[in-house]
Amino acid sequence: MRLNRGAILNIAAMFLLGCLLWQAESFLGDYQIYIGKLIFINIILALSLNLIYGFTGLFSLGHAGFIAVGAYVSALCILAPEQKEMMWILEPIIWPFSELFTPFWASVLAGGVAAAIFAFFIAVPVLRLGDDYLGIATLGFAEIIRVLIVNATAVTNGSLGIKGIPSHATLLACYGWALFTLIVLARLVFSNFGNVLRCIRDNEIAASVMGINVFRYKVLSFCIGAFFAGVGGALLGSHLSTIDPKMFNFLLTFNVLMFVVAGGLGSLTGSILGATVITILLEWLRAIEEPMNLGFVELPGIPGMRMVVFSLVLLAIILYRREGIMGTRELTWTRIFAFLRRHKA
Amino acid sequence: MSGFVLPTAPDYAGALLLARDVTMRFGGVTAVSELTLAVPQGSIVGVIGPNGAGKTTLFNVLSGFYTPQEGDVIFAGKSVRGRKPYDICRLGMARTFQNIRLSQQMSVLENIMVGCHVRRRCPWWMAPLGLPSYCREEADIARKGRQLAERVNLGDQLHEKAGSLPYGAQRRLEIARALATEPRLLLLDEPAAGMNPQESLELMYFIRHIRDEFDLTILLIEHDMKVVMGVCQYIWVMEYGALIAEGGPEAVRNNPVVIRAYLGEDMAVQHA
Repeated sequence: MRLNRGAILNIAAMFLLGCLLWQAESFLGDYQIYIGKLIFINIILALSLNLIYGFTGLFSLGHAGFIAVGAYVSALCILAPEQKEMMWILEPIIWPFSELFTPFWASVLAGGVAAAIFAFFIAVPVLRLGDDYLGIATLGFAEIIRVLIVNATAVTNGSLGIKGIPSHATLLACYGWALFTLIVLARLVFSNFGNVLRCIRDNEIAASVMGINVFRYKVLSFCIGAFFAGVGGALLGSHLSTIDPKMFNFLLTFNVLMFVVAGGLGSLTGSILGATVITILLEWLRAIEEPMNLGFVELPGIPGMRMVVFSLVLLAIILYRREGIMGTRELTWTRIFAFLRRHKA
Repeated sequence: MSGFVLPTAPDYAGALLLARDVTMRFGGVTAVSELTLAVPQGSIVGVIGPNGAGKTTLFNVLSGFYTPQEGDVIFAGKSVRGRKPYDICRLGMARTFQNIRLSQQMSVLENIMVGCHVRRRCPWWMAPLGLPSYCREEADIARKGRQLAERVNLGDQLHEKAGSLPYGAQRRLEIARALATEPRLLLLDEPAAGMNPQESLELMYFIRHIRDEFDLTILLIEHDMKVVMGVCQYIWVMEYGALIAEGGPEAVRNNPVVIRAYLGEDMAVQHA
């Protein structure tokens, strides 16, 4: 494989960022590191939804369900058997899960695989629908997964959730998994398989006439997307160290959808930008929820105010820049250099 | 009444595509009724008829979008009735559409590369791993895409979006994409629609050229009489879902039944 300038610069940039994050604890506070981890997890989630919605055109609102499956399966794998025995107070935990104890990387993979298996069984009936109907059906399935989690007490500890998940998801680990996701998806999307997925998005009938088994590729894309959603969920669980069914409601899907739409449907770099910018903004906007003194009037703090601001931002995006930050374009080194040259001249 | 065979009708046994007594109904409407036609290997043949005669429905039956209620479609010796379109494409039948169906957002090259997909051997999971056999195949597909683009005179617009091309170029791109699937039989649904006389003349030569170059058999639907008469060796005429005439271009042109179908009763009298 011949490396061109772009590939060399990419590898160099990834390596540099990796070194920087390795030493992050020496110059970043706990809070910044917390945000950093959240950014990488959100990037994984955004990339996975972008494969399903942005590249294959499947309007799926079931992402929270797959994230939940990933988080729960990996939490079950990673907790020590004694911890599990203590925590399950409503009903004792049933056998294979009570003995399960794996290293962190294996638990993340297991979370991804479990989410992909769930996705497969959902995809086969649901992907016969199109457009908005698909969105409604997947939304329903995500709720079913959540209700299952609440009621399968012997496995999931029901509505009490799981606490004290070992915090193995370091900044570097999150970065590594985000990089893994990006590389796998980029290689897939920029190969001829990516062309096939985009063709299905743009014109399903043409795709089937070109000898493409449309249903098979839709299921495939859905499952790969769910796999990475599960990976993201596993990291999220380990990062927050506590999970419960209420976390994985529709709002989580909505957040991920916001990253993808704001970044640009069908652009990997757009998803990365969208997830990064919005995660930072969401934290930064916490300031407006605090009581404010404008000199002449004292405003009480309104919890949830930042979500109001965010809805307005999203409205503005939909009204004035519907294709998101990047559209379907990608941010490449060639583009960056061309941009810099233009501004120097 | 089905399959009234004229003396010059093509030989049924040696046909690449054979539709036998095909009937396609939508509720109470019979779009195609008891239609029989045989397309010989290596020929260029056409189906003509007034609007709503059922020509496009016939194409949709042949390419697997509809399963006919009665009759059978035999392609290369195998019955393809009830098979899915992608399966039929794999057997070597490709088609274009009357209303162009390209991926508007994708480039010319990418559109053609999608057509190459059906003949690829490496499965999808090789892409993230970057195995050598996969890389070689990917390079082959890109090369083939570029060659086909040059063949249809789109070599300079490889990276243009398909949606930004002029109409005639989009038609050629759609044909190139169909050729990328390495078909034996190419179905062209109104290839000259929306073209000026000069363009349709060029299209005629182009159709003949690709037939010889890619060793194809071509079945086309057309409204433009000049194209049909100029390029087709044998023509079937449809009206209200049924065949009303068939034969060589000269015979069809002078057939009073055809003239009546196209021009109406009064005009036919004047014409005669």
